[in-house]
Amino acid sequence: MDAIPVGALIIGAKLFIIVNALLVIAAYLVYFERKISAWMQNRIGPNRVGPLGLFQSFADVFKLWTKEDIVPAMVDKRYHLIAPLISMTVAMAAYAVIPFGEYYVNGANIMAVAPGIDIGILYILAMSSIGVYGITLAGWSSNNKYSLLGGLRSAAQMISYELSMGLALIGALMISGSLDLVEIVKAQSGGKWNVIFQPLGFLIFLVAAFAETNRAPFDLPEAEPELVGGYHTEYSGMKFGLFYLAEYVNMFTASCLMALIYLGGWDVPFLYEQLAGIGIAQGNPLLGLIQFSVFFAKVVPMLFLFYWVRWSLPRFRYDQLMNLGWKIMLPLALANILLTGTGIMLLKHFGIM
Amino acid sequence: MNIQHNIESERMTFWERIYLPEIGRGLALTFKQMFQPTFTRQYPEEKWIPTGSYRGRPVLVLEEEGERCVACGLCSRVCPALAIEVRAAETDKVKERYPEKFEINMLRCIYCGFCEEVCPEEAIIMSKDYELVFTNPQDAILGKDKLLIPIAQLQDRLEFLRQYR
Repeated sequence: MDAIPVGALIIGAKLFIIVNALLVIAAYLVYFERKISAWMQNRIGPNRVGPLGLFQSFADVFKLWTKEDIVPAMVDKRYHLIAPLISMTVAMAAYAVIPFGEYYVNGANIMAVAPGIDIGILYILAMSSIGVYGITLAGWSSNNKYSLLGGLRSAAQMISYELSMGLALIGALMISGSLDLVEIVKAQSGGKWNVIFQPLGFLIFLVAAFAETNRAPFDLPEAEPELVGGYHTEYSGMKFGLFYLAEYVNMFTASCLMALIYLGGWDVPFLYEQLAGIGIAQGNPLLGLIQFSVFFAKVVPMLFLFYWVRWSLPRFRYDQLMNLGWKIMLPLALANILLTGTGIMLLKHFGIM
Repeated sequence: MNIQHNIESERMTFWERIYLPEIGRGLALTFKQMFQPTFTRQYPEEKWIPTGSYRGRPVLVLEEEGERCVACGLCSRVCPALAIEVRAAETDKVKERYPEKFEINMLRCIYCGFCEEVCPEEAIIMSKDYELVFTNPQDAILGKDKLLIPIAQLQDRLEFLRQYR
């Protein structure tokens, strides 16, 4: 038997952990979505399956697995099958470059699946663009006019908002000077979080992220009153489940990105200096754990924001969505780049940076 | 000239037009709601007890000397859903008539309360019972054994009828 390289084993282990963790996280995101929406509507929410209803999501996923997978007669079977797979794969692929911390073993950061990729953000943007294919193909292959409308809307919406998303990111990238997510976090260390210097960019990124993940108030692709279920009308069983979980994985990705790019990732001012003082420095496993916890503590409020907005705001009309995207967000994002550039030039001119 | 204006800048103030403060207000409202008490009732464990005005399953009043019903058939006649079937019989008692068969098909009953309104003897009244589950259509046809309820359990409804009718 050939010797398996240790590096491959480590990557395999990381992949195994991240895929399983993501599925569990997505399941619990569904649970918390239901709980938080219930609290906002003065209800209790799921509380029957297990203590506090904590196993509800597993019951739901189990139900989806055991349900009959109905494929309508006139659908294009190949694309009907591929579409949810594209959605889920692409949603998960983004996690290849998302670092959960900065802990080195043998010179490699083990807190990310594929560390040291210096086009991290570009890769994530590319992956989220491919996500459009999943939804559009689902709408088109279903041979159903409502599905098709949902798919078309989604394509138009995601392409429109990707622009302002990318342009909003440029402001943060100009300050950080790198596309590598670890480098971006490092550039923000010591409380120099991008959200302080880029409030407009953060706002634009936030709104664009809502639109990218097809969450309310931009959930037009699945607007129930108009489109039945949108692109997943003709899906059932675990194929539908994949779309459903992909939405939550995407939401988690967007929250991670916001935490990494705008909220300083695992950075807390003065925390790591203090920790180094008591011996928790690079090489101590506790450091990795603390970074991970800090990072999560920033992701969770962002996730809550997703829920909060969804259960507070009504859905946009289609023309309003396009007006907002092209006439407000895009010019604002461009203005943000201009402002950031001017700011950086001025600071450099006066020798502050 | 009569020109009707409907311009956004005239309808809304500047702060309303830039969305964000209003969105903030909306978010504040939902956040406040998260800490309000819930209205949910944990149904099978925690049951709602209706007041006398509630129109649940129609039942027959059973007094100590026997049922009130004299099998006049008015309820059966008035029932818009044709849910009630009455067959009368005679006895030697002072109250000469009684229903030999009294059946209400609960799959047909629409809980309108006409039977109760039309009854001259106040013998059929709406109860508080709202838990009506059947596993087959035959079980849903309630006979006299299930319809006759002792008068002591029906005081609330009788009180309500006396007061408001």
